Amino acid sequence: MTYGHIVKSYDEDLKNLNAKLFEMAEIAGRQLEHAVACLIESDDALAVQIIGQDPIVDALEHDIDTFAIRMIALRQPVAKDLRNIVAVLKISSHLERVADYARNIAKRALELKAMPQTQGAKALSRLVKTAISMMQDVMRAYENGDVVLAMDVWQRDLELDEMYTSYLREILTYMMEDSRQIGPCTQLLFAAKNIERAGDHAADIAEIVHYYVEGTPFKDPKSNH
Amino acid sequence: MNTSGEEGRPPYSFAVEGLQLFYGEKQVLFGIDLTIPDRQVTALIGPSGCGKSSFLRCLNRMNDTIPGMARRGRVLLRGSDIYDKDIDVVQLRSQVGMVFQKPTPFPKSIYENVAYGPRIHNLYKDKTHLDEIVHKSLRRAGLLDEVKDRLDQPGTSLSGGQQQRLCIARAIAVNPQVILMDEPCSALDPIATARVEELIDELRARYTIVIVTHSLHQAARVSQKTAFFHMGYLIETGPTGDIFTAPQHEKTQEYITGRFG
Repeated sequence: MTYGHIVKSYDEDLKNLNAKLFEMAEIAGRQLEHAVACLIESDDALAVQIIGQDPIVDALEHDIDTFAIRMIALRQPVAKDLRNIVAVLKISSHLERVADYARNIAKRALELKAMPQTQGAKALSRLVKTAISMMQDVMRAYENGDVVLAMDVWQRDLELDEMYTSYLREILTYMMEDSRQIGPCTQLLFAAKNIERAGDHAADIAEIVHYYVEGTPFKDPKSNH
Repeated sequence: MNTSGEEGRPPYSFAVEGLQLFYGEKQVLFGIDLTIPDRQVTALIGPSGCGKSSFLRCLNRMNDTIPGMARRGRVLLRGSDIYDKDIDVVQLRSQVGMVFQKPTPFPKSIYENVAYGPRIHNLYKDKTHLDEIVHKSLRRAGLLDEVKDRLDQPGTSLSGGQQQRLCIARAIAVNPQVILMDEPCSALDPIATARVEELIDELRARYTIVIVTHSLHQAARVSQKTAFFHMGYLIETGPTGDIFTAPQHEKTQEYITGRFG
């Protein structure tokens, strides 16, 4: 069993740091989900709201950086504590990128309003569902130190990549059938790429969880090195 | 890491095998197997009473005089057991020097403090040679520039940090193979500590160093190998970088992160 620190305020600091990270993950995930919903349902108001909320995530990342650097200076963490704090720093920058993607997608949703209607948007919901579940699971894996779950998320990124490739083909078909679709479909393609990238970030976080828990770097099972 | 051994020397200064130590009825070390790599700094860490200082004192037979002390197992210095009956303990201690927690200068001049060992072991040819040894030792201990104009003044007139470096100069004056350090910085301020740590880093080019320290960060800063003791057992040993980032044993993890339950 793992004991708490003899100095209890150390545990409090770690708890606070993690609370900020989970808040950030929750907001970033929700922003991404809502941004894709705006795209599918043409919800302008929500899109504007998402764009406006991006600074909240940026501020959280800044907060986490400051708090973590302060902890490193004052607590001089080692071993799992050190790996934990480094993991938080790295995960937060991945989450910040995901929130940026959400903002980009929300902007595209607004631009899409001025373009001819398109069929392709709905299929994005399957992609975003996968990306969101990856993000939620990887954060759960981090919370529980669950390497098996983290590796499962890492594997699911390969499925998301395949889903993205097949979405690409679908969108290309629309564009080839009707050149008026090129404008809106290009927007959708960029959005799909953003979702696929969010999945990459979840996979990167899975690798960070592996290092945090095991203390050894993650090795890509596909790589021979 | 020097594991190959140069000029036919073994890669280890010490190889300790199955060391058990008893003070009367009380067993304080349980079957310790540990190698001390040549010309590296090995840090011994662990909570008070874990056996790390007792272990250190076994390396130059400082425990011999303790009534009721009994020992089993072997302590090999470059392949020969230092507990063999034909070993000359005085000779052994000139090969395995020791620096203590509190600086312990003799009530003599700075010069005589350093010259003391070479004199009793008869390690010099004439006065010029002795001067040379004293100067060289003070230089290697990073103290020469600070004291060269007042070598005739008492060692006790120096600051705490200087006194500790004087003790290190005294230890290296007899040209030892190994220097044992028992909490050498615990009585020093951070600047004097940094000077001693820098000195330890320089000394490891020539000497094997074993240091007992309660400061985990000092162990992390100065050593290449770390051994973690707990309740008389050696729990884990490995490269210092590994011990402080990813220790293998749960007990090590709990101790170095300040979680001991």
